[in-house]
Amino acid sequence: MSLLLTAAQTVGPFVSIGFEKQAVPNVAAAGVAGERVTICGRIVDGDGLPVTDAVIETWQANAYGKYAHPDDTQEKLLDENFKGFGRVLTDAQGGFRLTTIKPGMVAGPDGRPQAPHITVVIFMRGLLKQLMTRIYFPDEAANAGDPVLGLVPAVRRTTLIPTKYADGVLQWQVHLQGPNETVFFDY
Amino acid sequence: MSNVNPYRKSYFNTQPDYLYPAYRSTLKRAPTQPLVQMPQTLSEITGPLFSARDVGETESDLTRQHASEPLGERMIVSGRVLDEGGRPLPNALVELWQANASGRYRHPVDNHNAPLDPNFTGFGRVVTDAQGNYRFKTIKPGAYPWRNHYNAWRPAHLHFSLFGQGFAQRLVTQMYFPGDPLLEFDPMVMSVPDEKARQRLVSSFDWENTQPEYAIAYRFDIILRGRDATPMESKR
Repeated sequence: MSLLLTAAQTVGPFVSIGFEKQAVPNVAAAGVAGERVTICGRIVDGDGLPVTDAVIETWQANAYGKYAHPDDTQEKLLDENFKGFGRVLTDAQGGFRLTTIKPGMVAGPDGRPQAPHITVVIFMRGLLKQLMTRIYFPDEAANAGDPVLGLVPAVRRTTLIPTKYADGVLQWQVHLQGPNETVFFDY
Repeated sequence: MSNVNPYRKSYFNTQPDYLYPAYRSTLKRAPTQPLVQMPQTLSEITGPLFSARDVGETESDLTRQHASEPLGERMIVSGRVLDEGGRPLPNALVELWQANASGRYRHPVDNHNAPLDPNFTGFGRVVTDAQGNYRFKTIKPGAYPWRNHYNAWRPAHLHFSLFGQGFAQRLVTQMYFPGDPLLEFDPMVMSVPDEKARQRLVSSFDWENTQPEYAIAYRFDIILRGRDATPMESKR
């Protein structure tokens, strides 16, 4: 049996009607194990203008590198209080702010471990389907051997790695177009 | 665990491209660099899971969120969430948002000169049952103008957001109404190249679920990405 996949359509400009109340800006409740991280940033379009009507959704493993999902059969600790899902909307300046914990390493293709990363999808007016990308972490030795980062042309890898500011906050700029265009994946 | 059972890629022409110039907003927002092809890993085949406990029982009724009932044609919108293999998806979170009966959204950016309805917010959500069924009660939204091109009108539609069992299945789409003359002039509908895939976005009139003296009904089944082989037995 094969049914025809439902086509994606844009979220349009009014997505915040529902999603504002269903936002999850704090992914890790107090007491969840792991290094706390705050990720801030901005989304800008091909003219460098802020995207004020975007939704960013994130999915990640816990600090032990385990997903709260039955298809993750790795023998690692689950954290009962950690789901791993985040959702933030951009503000009038195109900015967003997400607080979470740094995930552990998870298994990758052919048994190669993946560097800590957050899986990201982005929706907005003007996108007929979601963009798919990842956030990696700066100062992370495992990035060098990450099987997915390795597929990205070297000069573009930095678009997936936020900059750590003196206050510890990670800054991740999303450029939809232009010389610093963020890497988007297809899978 | 190193090898995962991935979700299928979509068939040719059944999904819109990012760049579709007739929909003007895509021009400055669609990626210009080629997408980086990557294999699905644990990170993509897993995703947030939901259950009926996450959603209040009344959240699927958009006509009962205020002191009085909203204006407009009452309707039942229901259907099943399945994967491409025809397997029902239980516990799928379905979120819905829409304009009111006049074609106006309760949103600061919407300046369409049509009345707001104090009794209508336009957001609901529900989780599918064990057979993948969902059901909303709401009112039929109006068509509304937008400034994409001269005399542009969006056909009446409901926005749907879906979470299946993996992040790779994540889908946001729109449901349209049968027989709407605006469909063929709508760049969003027409951004889907395949005719059958466009038809999949149009609901069908659902006589069986109408409620006499009360509400008409439409049916909208939603198909998320499936896998080629049977998924491995899961622990939970």
